[in-house]
Amino acid sequence: MDYLIQQSLNALSFGAEYALIALGLAIVFSIMRLVNFAHGEVIAFGGYSLAVTGTLLTGNPWILMACVVLACMAVAVVLERVAFRTVRGADLTTGLLTAFGVSIILQNLFLLLGSPRPVAATQFIFLDRTLTLGPVRVSSLQIYETAVTVAAIVALLLFLRRTTLGMALRAAALDFEMVRLCGLRANRVVAGAFAISGFLAGLACIFIMARRGSAQPHMGFDPVLSAFVACVIGGFGSLPGAVLGGFLLGIAEVAVLILLPQSAGGLAHAVVFALVALILVWRPDGILSPAREKGDKL
Amino acid sequence: MLEIGRLRVFHGVIEAVHGIDLCVREGECVALLGPNGAGKTSTLSAITGAARATGTIRLAGRDLSGLAIEDRCRLGIAIAPEGRRVFANLTVRENLVMGGAIRRDRRALAAEIDSWFQRFPVLGERRDQPAGTLSGGEQQMLAIARALLARPRILLLDEPSLGLAPQIVGRIFRIIEELKAQGTTILLVEQNAAAAIAVSDSVHVLSNGVVTRQGPAAAFGDGSGLMDELTGVHG
Repeated sequence: MDYLIQQSLNALSFGAEYALIALGLAIVFSIMRLVNFAHGEVIAFGGYSLAVTGTLLTGNPWILMACVVLACMAVAVVLERVAFRTVRGADLTTGLLTAFGVSIILQNLFLLLGSPRPVAATQFIFLDRTLTLGPVRVSSLQIYETAVTVAAIVALLLFLRRTTLGMALRAAALDFEMVRLCGLRANRVVAGAFAISGFLAGLACIFIMARRGSAQPHMGFDPVLSAFVACVIGGFGSLPGAVLGGFLLGIAEVAVLILLPQSAGGLAHAVVFALVALILVWRPDGILSPAREKGDKL
Repeated sequence: MLEIGRLRVFHGVIEAVHGIDLCVREGECVALLGPNGAGKTSTLSAITGAARATGTIRLAGRDLSGLAIEDRCRLGIAIAPEGRRVFANLTVRENLVMGGAIRRDRRALAAEIDSWFQRFPVLGERRDQPAGTLSGGEQQMLAIARALLARPRILLLDEPSLGLAPQIVGRIFRIIEELKAQGTTILLVEQNAAAAIAVSDSVHVLSNGVVTRQGPAAAFGDGSGLMDELTGVHG
């Protein structure tokens, strides 16, 4: 029983992390048709900013958390301004290659200015403690991660429903030009989308740093790759799809680890991706692929 | 109010409109008629900034060339576009909020949205439904209301009757008449020549990207002669 609870929590927290990152990819993709592979470097930037502000500024973890989130938001908006704005409206492939280029440049900047080895930043490690709840021993970090992700999703939902910028983001996913015809500034809407993706990356960064305790140039790349898979499962560009895909991927990874015999542990990824392939055979556009039509278009 | 001179509109390398002149005075309704592919929608796209164009476009004396789509909207150009293009995934009310998104007077905007709900009770009843669930005629009303909530100087209407049942077309043209009576300046693109001439002050006929005829609406009678020209039937 307690084993089951522990593994469910494992699955939930894995899924929560993927969902956070996948949401950041999806919100940018939904309005820009841009697969932002540099999202992982936004996370890594957050990690390095923790190492820097943690040594120079303050040791207070709460202030540092705000710094990490703000740093991720800022760098996401700056990347849009200097790199992605120039290829706005270009081909899907152009955007994809630009994102890869940005990702490689940033990773190498981290290597040159930082270090190829992990840079220690242990200020968030305290989040990860073992809690004993009756017979069950669980990691506090996993509980925080799941709870924060759920809270972030609810907050995002409220933002998208209640604010003008939120409505504009939803409308722009369907018909960006019509949003501009309503007088909303395209640059502001796009910057808003990148700021939100940066915010979500910042939250993910806090949990990744709490687990790793160090920043590394490619620390964000692997989670973003998994989040990309989550987006594909859920339906690329669909926000509910990103959340669903993230949690499904988390559950699948943990389930495969439990069910496969120890000796076949190396096959875990192969089995997970085989499952993903099966889902795509069933629904080629992902489970919750967004609607394509633009109202009553004749 | 709106003055267009030697306007050429391009789609990629193709020139769709070959240097037309057009003028809409304040409070006037001008109809731009023509068959499919004549360049009517291209002309509107040039005015909103969505299509690349040369020539002059002036709104209330101000040159619009080089301005982005959103800046032209903020100067007073609003459009109920071809195909309506309501935000199908937003509710009816949210669509209207988007229409007035550039306004700062939030309270007046909310009151105005309510008055649209009274004017079009079908929209009021469905204010919290996704706009994609509305019928074509209801979506057209929504698109017109959305455009007007920006408080534009001029309203561009692109084929408001397209694809609608005859009674609904009549309803839409009554709305256009009412708007005109309230003093709204309108540039109306239509294929339904008879109905468009009936609500307009002056008429321009566009064919293959050039203006072939123009004059006061009265000179076009009931538009029956024009219908043949527009549909390509020459008797």
